[in-house]
Amino acid sequence: MPTKSYVQTTINGEMVEILAEPRQSLLEVLRDTLQLTGAKEGCNDGNCGACTVNMDGRIVCSCLVLGVEADGACIDTIEGMATPEGLHPLQVSFLENAALQCGICTPGFLISSKALLEQNPNPTEHEIRWWLANNLCRCTGYDKIVRAVMDAADRMQAQEA
Amino acid sequence: MKWIDFARPHTVEEAVGLLTERGDRARPLAGGTDLIVQLRTGVHDPDHVVDIKMIPELNELSVCSEEGLTLGAAVPCYRIYNDADVAAQYPAVVDAASIIGGTQIQGRASFGGNLCNAVPSADTIPAMIALGACANIAGPNGNRCVPIEDFCTGVRENVLGPGELLVSINFPAPAANSGARYQRFIPRNEMDIAVVGVGAGVTLNDGCFESVRVSLAAVAPTPLFVTEINDELAGKEVNDENIAKAGEIARDAAKPITDMRGTIEYRKHLCDIMTRRVLNDAVTRARGGHIDAH
Repeated sequence: MPTKSYVQTTINGEMVEILAEPRQSLLEVLRDTLQLTGAKEGCNDGNCGACTVNMDGRIVCSCLVLGVEADGACIDTIEGMATPEGLHPLQVSFLENAALQCGICTPGFLISSKALLEQNPNPTEHEIRWWLANNLCRCTGYDKIVRAVMDAADRMQAQEA
Repeated sequence: MKWIDFARPHTVEEAVGLLTERGDRARPLAGGTDLIVQLRTGVHDPDHVVDIKMIPELNELSVCSEEGLTLGAAVPCYRIYNDADVAAQYPAVVDAASIIGGTQIQGRASFGGNLCNAVPSADTIPAMIALGACANIAGPNGNRCVPIEDFCTGVRENVLGPGELLVSINFPAPAANSGARYQRFIPRNEMDIAVVGVGAGVTLNDGCFESVRVSLAAVAPTPLFVTEINDELAGKEVNDENIAKAGEIARDAAKPITDMRGTIEYRKHLCDIMTRRVLNDAVTRARGGHIDAH
């Protein structure tokens, strides 16, 4: 008789214990077991980036990670991006630059962009487009997203100055 | 997805034991960017998935002057292109690592997985062949080393026997006056599958080619190692005429099919053009010049 596996993982800074079927993706565990429905299922094969989460400091497609692989890992999702004090500067920039329309891709773009700015606080337009190539948006045509990331980079650098 | 059992061995011996015991009902999992899609779509139908990322040898990334670059089979692309020694000494490895999928895929996908998956369009394999790399394999009957050009035996087929595990890939230390390059042709800027991919490694001696290793992707059931180019160019002067000959040989060696990514004629033409470009870039690198990865 197949058994579920015990998984102990840190999600948005909080230790979580779950029982996962090895066939469940991390995306399914987040959405169906933990009701963290911010990460979206788009293509379910690693092309669209709507399911992007940060795993141990790297962005990954959570549809291409098994939930049991999260054992011992630190996962950050869109649900952990805003703080009680307010939205993250990227979230503010996305709103003010109208960088979303239907919104399905937005959590993935925000998680990806956050990881970019953490390692490259002042990226060029080319660097932003290259980094975000694994996130698809079918509404905006990308220009507003790229501008929002550049704007957020400026805000974050101004905050630090 | 159907039910699978999951194991996370911590040593090569333990992994080989599990793979031997479970035979073809088990598959190793590295970055999962191919395997998890294949489990979902039924391309592979294993009962057991063996996660090999807890094994230290599979995560090794080391560069030393005698043994060259040792790349654990599960090392993800981002660790490869962020490594300063790899970037300085093996830029052709960075060429391949930085164009596979996008940032998220590069966070998980490995050269080892790309090699074992053994599709004709795999981006890492021509670069590995151009650099003369070898696959270190552990198995129930001991260890063996297989040159990369002999690793793939058909579309999605490789030399691994029952219970065998790809542990690492070894790239020899770069010879003096050597350089290598990998490029693929795609109709977009990124996130695509090669119409044609070409890897080239050259060693120069006083304005002449000493040795030339050219490998082609996506133009045959397995990556091709075009040894005839070395036969033609070794000892000859580095000039446009000889590089053009290499392009012709590559075009003639290619045995592509017509599919949604390109026709036979188009792919053969690309083999010629890309081989010339890639050889010129490899020569530039051999002479100390810089060529961006992408």
